[in-house]
This record gives sequence, C-alpha cells and structure tokens, in this order.
Amino acid sequence: MILELRNVGKSYSTAEGPITVLKAIDLRLARGKSVALTGESGSGKSTLLHLAGGLDKPDTGSVRVNGRDIGQLDDSGRARYRRLEVGLVFQQFNLIPSITVAANISFHARLAERYDPNWEAELVEMLGVAHLLGRYPEQLSGGQQQRVAIGRTLAARPTLILADEPTGNLDEATGDSVLDLMLALSRRANLALLLATHSVRLANKLDEKVVLRGGMISQ
Amino acid sequence: MTAAAFNVLFSHWRYRPLQLVTLIMGVALATGLWSGVQAINAEARASYSRAASILEQADLSQLIARDGEGIPTSVYARLRRAGWQVSPVIEGNHRFGTTSVRLIGIDILTMPEEGRGFAVSGSPDLVAFASGQGQLLVSMNTAARLQGVTQIPLRISPDLPDDAAFLDIGMADRLLARNGVLSRLIVAPQNPGLPALESVAPELVFKSGGQANDVASLTDSFHLNLTAFGFLAFVVGLFIVYSATGLSFEQRRSTFRTLRSVGVSLQSLTLMLLAELLMLALLSGVLGVALGYVLASTLLPGVSATLRGLYGTSVPGSLSLRPEWWATGLGMAFFGTAVSASQSLLRLWQMPILASAQHRAWAMASNAATFIQAVGGAVLLGAAILLALLGHGLVAGFAVLGSLLIGAALLLPLALSTTTMIAQSLSRGAFTSWFWADTRQQLPGLSLALMALLLALSANIGVGTMVSSFRQTFLGWLDQRLAAELYVTARTEEEASRLRDWLPGRVRSVLPVWNSEGEVLGQQIQIFGVADDATYRDHWPILLGAPDLWDMLATKDAALINEQLWRGSDVGLGKMITLPGGWEARVVGVYSDYGNPKGQVIIGLGSLIAHYPATAKLRYGLRVEPERVDMLRRQLVDDFGLPDENIVDQASLKRQSRVVFEQTFAVTGALNLLTLAVAGFAMFSSMLTLSGQRLPQLAPLWAMGLRRRDLALLEVIRTVALWFATFLAAVPVGLLLAWVLLAIVNVEAFGWRLPMTVFPFDWLKLGAVALVAALLSVLVPVRRLATVNPADLLRVFANER
Ligand SMILES: Nc1ncnc2c1ncn2[C@@H]1O[C@H](COP(=O)(O)OP(=O)(O)O)[C@@H](O)[C@H]1O
Ligand SMILES: [Mg+2]
Repeated sequence: MILELRNVGKSYSTAEGPITVLKAIDLRLARGKSVALTGESGSGKSTLLHLAGGLDKPDTGSVRVNGRDIGQLDDSGRARYRRLEVGLVFQQFNLIPSITVAANISFHARLAERYDPNWEAELVEMLGVAHLLGRYPEQLSGGQQQRVAIGRTLAARPTLILADEPTGNLDEATGDSVLDLMLALSRRANLALLLATHSVRLANKLDEKVVLRGGMISQ
Repeated sequence: MTAAAFNVLFSHWRYRPLQLVTLIMGVALATGLWSGVQAINAEARASYSRAASILEQADLSQLIARDGEGIPTSVYARLRRAGWQVSPVIEGNHRFGTTSVRLIGIDILTMPEEGRGFAVSGSPDLVAFASGQGQLLVSMNTAARLQGVTQIPLRISPDLPDDAAFLDIGMADRLLARNGVLSRLIVAPQNPGLPALESVAPELVFKSGGQANDVASLTDSFHLNLTAFGFLAFVVGLFIVYSATGLSFEQRRSTFRTLRSVGVSLQSLTLMLLAELLMLALLSGVLGVALGYVLASTLLPGVSATLRGLYGTSVPGSLSLRPEWWATGLGMAFFGTAVSASQSLLRLWQMPILASAQHRAWAMASNAATFIQAVGGAVLLGAAILLALLGHGLVAGFAVLGSLLIGAALLLPLALSTTTMIAQSLSRGAFTSWFWADTRQQLPGLSLALMALLLALSANIGVGTMVSSFRQTFLGWLDQRLAAELYVTARTEEEASRLRDWLPGRVRSVLPVWNSEGEVLGQQIQIFGVADDATYRDHWPILLGAPDLWDMLATKDAALINEQLWRGSDVGLGKMITLPGGWEARVVGVYSDYGNPKGQVIIGLGSLIAHYPATAKLRYGLRVEPERVDMLRRQLVDDFGLPDENIVDQASLKRQSRVVFEQTFAVTGALNLLTLAVAGFAMFSSMLTLSGQRLPQLAPLWAMGLRRRDLALLEVIRTVALWFATFLAAVPVGLLLAWVLLAIVNVEAFGWRLPMTVFPFDWLKLGAVALVAALLSVLVPVRRLATVNPADLLRVFANER
C-alpha cells in the first residue's frame, strides 16, 4: 500500500470556535491505482490532500506513506518526505515565476537528486511543451502551465501524486486533455494518484471514486 | 460619500501600520537631517557675522595704512586738526598666560556708539572703562578662561564673541607694546566740506563700512560642505518615502478600482490621495523639524570646534529656535512627499478601471525602467567627468560630486541585475540557479534601498578617505613644522633680550619666531623671518623651490610663500613680490601650510629686522636634545624666571593640534553615521514590505520539500550578498568621491591640495558595520519567515485566492 489513512481527524480553530473538517477518514491507495476524491466545495478535500502531502499534521489517526507514519515526522522529516516521495499539483499551478519552463520542470528532480535527462525529455515530448522550454511561466496559457507543473512533479519520480483540482482553472477541453495526460503518465510510471475534484464527469475517468461528506469517506 | 471613500482609503494604514511608520519616519528623517544642517549653518553664520561686525567694527567706515603697517599718532593728529571725526583703534593678539585674546583698544569718548562693543549707560561706566585699573570687556566664556591669569578687572558683555576683549586704547598700547602706533581709524559720519583724504593723509586708504568680511567667504566652503551632506541625507530619506508611497499605492490598486467602479471620479480620488499625503507630510514634517533641532543642538558644539580649528572663528555652542527653520523644514517635507508620490499619482491616472494586476507587465516595465535609469546614470557620470575637466570653482566641484554620486546610484540596479544574471548562468545546481533568478526578481523592490545604501556607503568611504588623508598629511606636516623641542614666549622685549643672552650654551640652537603683519597682493597676511638654521633645511615642508633656497633666503632679498598665496595669485617661482613697506623680494619657494586660511610669506631673519624694526621679538623655538627638554624647562622657570605657561613643549603642542583636528571632523563623522543609519532603515523597510509579498513565491518551494528555516537562511544570504555587492560597488565610487573632494573641492575651498592616501582597513571596518546593519535589517522579516504558520503557506494553494 502506498498511502494509507486510518481514522484521520482534523479540525481548525476559527474565530467562531473550532470546526471539524475531517472526522474519521479511512482511505487506502495502491501502487498503479488512481482514486478520485470528490465532494462539495468546503467538504475538506484540500485538507485531506495537505495531510497526505505532509504539508499539515492530522489531529488524530495516522497517515502512512510507504508504511511510514508521516504524521509522526518532525519539520525536517516532512520536508524530506515532500522532497523525495510525493508530488503535488495545484489548481493555481504554482510554478516558480523567476526561472524558465525548462528549469521549472527539472527543479524538483534536481532537489531530490533524481535528475534524469532521458526521462525528462520523454516527459517533455509527451506533454507537448518542447517548444516552450525557454519561456517564463507568465508567458504561458493556463493549460500549458499545468502541463509544466505535471512535468515538474513527474520528473522527480515520486511514488505518490496528489492533485488538488488540477483542471479547476482550465476550460473543459483543455482540462480533459491535461487530465488524460496525467492519467497516462502516472500509469506509465506506475504511481499512485489521488486527485481531488468536484466534477463527477472527470472523477469517472479514474480507477476508483470516493466521496467526502460530513467529514467521512463514503464509496 | 467622500467621507466613506476616504475612510476606505485610510483604512489601509490601520491595516498596515508598519508601512505608515516607514513613510512617516522616512520624511521625518530626511527633513530632520536637512533642517538640522540648515539650523547649524544659519546659527553659525548669524553668530560670526555678528562677531565680525562687532570686532572689526565692520559696519563703520575706516581708514587704514596704505602699506598695511600701523598709523603714526602724528597722522591721527593731522586728521583731527583738519576737522575729520576719527577715532583711533589699537588691535592685536595678546597672551594672558596660555590664553590668547584679541584685544581691541578703543577711545571710548570719540568712538561712535556702534563701535564700542557694549552699551554705555552713564558716566560711571565711562570712568570705570577708561581710568584707574581699566577694564576688560569680555564674553562669559572668555571671562571664565581669564579668571586668575590677569589682574585687570573683567566686565561681561553678552554681545561679545569669545576670545576677544574691548579695552581702553591706552592700556592696549601698553599690553601690545605698540608705542602709540595705531592699527586703524574709525570714521564717524562726516560734515561736508572737509579737505580730501589725499591732501591730509595720503598714506591712508578709506574703507567704507558694511563690506563683507573674509571670514564669511572662507567659512562658506564649510557650510557648502555641510549643506551637501544634508542634501545627501535628504535624498536618501526620499528613497524611503518613494518606496513606501509606491507600495501603498500598489497595494491599494484594487481598492482604487472598487472605488472608481462604484462611482468615485478620478479627480476626487486624486484629491483624496493628495489630502492624505498632505496630512502625512505635515505630521512627519513637524516631527522632522523637531528631530532636526535635536540633531543641530547635539552637533553644534562639534561645529563650533570645527570652525574654531579651521578658521579661528568662534561660534557659541548653543542654539536658538528660529521660525524660518520651521518654514523650510516643512517646505522640504512637502516637497519631498510630492516628489516621491508624483510617479504613483501619475500611474493612478493611467490605470484602467478594469484589467487585473498584470505582474509580468509590471516586471517588464520595471526592466525598461532599470535600463532608462542606467542610461541616465551614464549621462550623469559623463557630465561629472566633463565638469571635473572643464569646470572651475567650488560650485562646479560640488556639481561633480553630485552627478558622480547620483549617476553611480542610477547605474547600480543594472549592474546588480547583470551580476545576478551572470551568477545564474555560472551556477550548476537547480537550486542555486533558482536562487539567483529569484534574487534578480527581488531587485526592483530593493533597488531604491540599495541605491540609498550605495550613496551612504560611498559617501562614507569618500569622506573617510578624505579625513584620513587629511589626518596623515596634517600630522606629518606638524612633525615638519614643529621641529623645535620647546617654544618659549618672553613677556617683554627686555625679558626677550635677557633670554637671548641666557640661552646660548644651554641649547643647540635658538630659532626666533618673529613675525610682522601687512598687506601683500591685497591680502592681510603674516610675514615670518627665519634664521639660517639646519632645522629648516631638514624639516620645512617645501612643495617647490630651488635647491639653494635657504641660502638665498639668508643672504638676498628672497621670500618663500605658502601654497594658499601661490594658488590664489599669479605669483610664481622666480617672480618678484612686493612686501609691506614697498620693497621687493624674489619668490624662491612654495611651502605647504595646511589649516591656514590665509596667505603667508617667509623671509630671512635679517630682512625682517631690517624692514620691520618694530617687530616684537618675543617668541623662540629651542632645539635641544630630547632627553634634556625637561631639565631645560625647569631651568627656564627656576633659574631664568619665565612663567611655566610661557613654555610649550612640542609634544603637547602636537597633542593640542591633534585634538583640534579630531574635533574638526567629529561632525562629519556623525553625519556620515546618520546617513548610513538612514540607509539601513530604508533597507529594513524594503525587506519588511517584500517579505509580506514573498509567501506566494516561497510556498511552492516549501511544498517541494524545503524547510521554512532553509528559506529564511536563503533570505539572509541573499540580503548579505546584495549588501556585499553594493559595498563592492561603493568602494570605487567612494574613492572617486575622495579624489574629487581632495583634488577639486579642497583646492577651491581652502587653497591647498592634499595627497590622497588609501586606508583599506577603514573599508573593512565599514564593511563590518554594513554587514551588521544588513543582518539587522533582515532579522525581523526572516524571523517571521522562519516561524511562519504553515496554514499561511497552505493558503497560497487554496483554490479561492
Ligand atoms: N487554515 C484554516 N483555518 C480555518 N478553516 C479552514 C482552514 N483551511 C480550511 N478551512 C475550512 O475547512 C473547510 C474545508 O476546506 P477545504 O479542505 O479547502 O475544502 P475543499 O477543498 O473541499 O473545498 C472549509 O470550511 C474551510 O473554510
Ligand atoms: Mg479545495
């Protein structure tokens, strides 16, 4: 099992008192599988991905990745985990504006010391961004930016990809093609993919679909 | 509706109080430094123009000897008989113990009211002044210094400057041993129909009252220097204000759009923003003037020390608050705010109602701006070179300084961005490469602060180099000039002649220090006579001259002139110069004479005695073996009977000169440090505002596995790297600045040129100070970053932004 969430709970303290977003989440994700995490806006999808990505800690329960409880890691341990094991794709793309597309794609791989020019060339080819390598992120369209973000994530050869509404800022046709690419590539690299979306149509393209409602997972 | 809109606009400051503080502090610091310097200038000017008008009785018309020497009593009597209303004055320096005081002896009965230096309230005043023991009319400070060293009763007159005394002319004649020779005659308003001056006293010339005195024109250079510093500080302050207003406009873009979309017109929006700026300018202007007052009253004692050391003029060490400072201080605050806000207001006018904030477009615009700035900088540097080659005068010198500094500052952003570009292309790792790229992206937000830093650092290096060169040259020169081990002053001519008989056998040689005064080439100067002695051959600081100049001086009608006289006239080596009394001497050499504002001539001792027999022969330099100095001093006091305060040894003389010198530059040092502090503050505020915008740029890196403290460390490294690069750029600019100060400004201001000496150790010290300032400036923003709540980083990835 790549990702295994057991009885995970998370609440936020706000001005109006604490709100519980996740009550008791149980979720398992195997290598080579893709799971769509659906649910209404505000249901806690992003929160769940942040916990799985080691960006935040759960209040209760355990988040295991490759058998290790990442909730128990300290700040440096979680940084290392993010660097080496997980890839994150966001709705806002979150590319680094000050460096070129080429540098963006190889950036995470170099940080993880897994830079492989052949793999990167293959990715660039499949993503269709070869003609964009010398440009800066601001000069790209949304769809192009998200392709670059996917390339950046995959180039680092993570075992798990967490994608939070990756097509949310794209029009339907572009979104579809970006998602198809992502699925094809993660199958090709034999990765586990957890993708949050509120679109049932997109969710149906994945191997499995779970719904987040009332802080619980239902099939 | 206006009130509501205004409220919305102003709420920004409640939201970002630190930005408000930055803005107010920027204007206040700029105004404070500026008005402080102006206050010092105004106070000093006012006080020595008062001093000049009192001491030199410069408001009154006077008669002086055509040949620059004294006026015999017979000429005075002739004028009175002819009906001229003239009043005699005997003037000169006299030592009471170790205190030298300028004595102005007047005839109280014939002296017009304005020339008396004090108000006579009735006949008891007159009697006390002119009869019996007499009276010395002095300032409070002078009275304190004279306490116990003179038997003459002292009377305090608040109007008098320090180190001067009015007294009865008879007593002045005795103290100065003038034997009735008058210094000048004050002319009262005349009845018409008098015989012409040429027919009564052709040996005198008429000098009408109210003429500018030479002290004012000399000290002008000092004030120009201070003003330049004040202006520099003001410019540095403007950088702060400019970036703070720019940022407050940038951050309120969406507010402006919203306001306009709900129907607030561009005009009323502009008016509201202007009103806001006006209020802020008023507030910070008032603060600034108060700050300036504090600054001025702290620095004024140093300034008066400087003026006393450099020019021998005295200025009281206290300050009175003048309304014109309030006016000019507030004026500068408004001016500064207006200048720094104008670009932001202009942008507001060009901003369309719709269209989202285009970051890339803004960045491209700032790239173009960097380039245009650099072109402007290059033009200014070119202008500086042209001015340095072709310009003349003090103003041209300062123009060179100004264009050099601002030109270099304008070129800095391009230089830094090119450097980061090169560093990026040289770096191997993805990470270092990102680091340099990211640094370049931060540059537009930091460049103003870095420019301010460059100005402050190079001013520091430049002025520091000047002061150190000055110090080294001056001390070396002191060693040359103060070659004798002991200097003694006899109290009377009779004692002096006894001393001349007593000394031989007890010392290696006796060097008379005798001088006369008179007019040469239109200047009132001192003429020294020197003995034919090896001391001079070995030590005297000669700049130009024939190898046998000392022989010529001893045997012929030859003269040495100081550098000031040489540069200020067309008298060159080998030319003839007319000396007081009408005789001519050939110029055989030029010597350096630092610190002396006036011209000076040296002739052989024989010539001095032959041409000016009335010269006082009281002072002597004594050459003895160093180990015998103490014994000789004791013998002079015990056996010969000379008061100890009339003996000065070389070491303490040097020490005194050194103290005067250090005080002289204390003011410059203080202003230097303040300017650096202002630049540090500019950097701090820029770092702080940038750090607020950094999160979206840094969050993806955090998500990819960098720790917060790694990111914080990077910010520190970046800041230090930028400071270091700026410091490196500041070194050549500072050295150029020093060169301009030494080779152009100093020559125009003082009449002598200093050799430039470089002190890399001082740069290291400055570099260390700058490094500490850099670390301080980044401390708060970095602490924030290192401890930022992960939730704030996560918000960056939240879909609804
Ligand atoms: N840092 C936070 N502090 C307080 N409340 C939060 C925070 N992050 C998310 N929330 C709240 O938690 C709930 C779930 O948010 P999120 O996980 O972003 O949902 P989704 O991604 O499904 O739209 C929302 O009600 C949101 O307002
Ligand atoms: Mg979400």
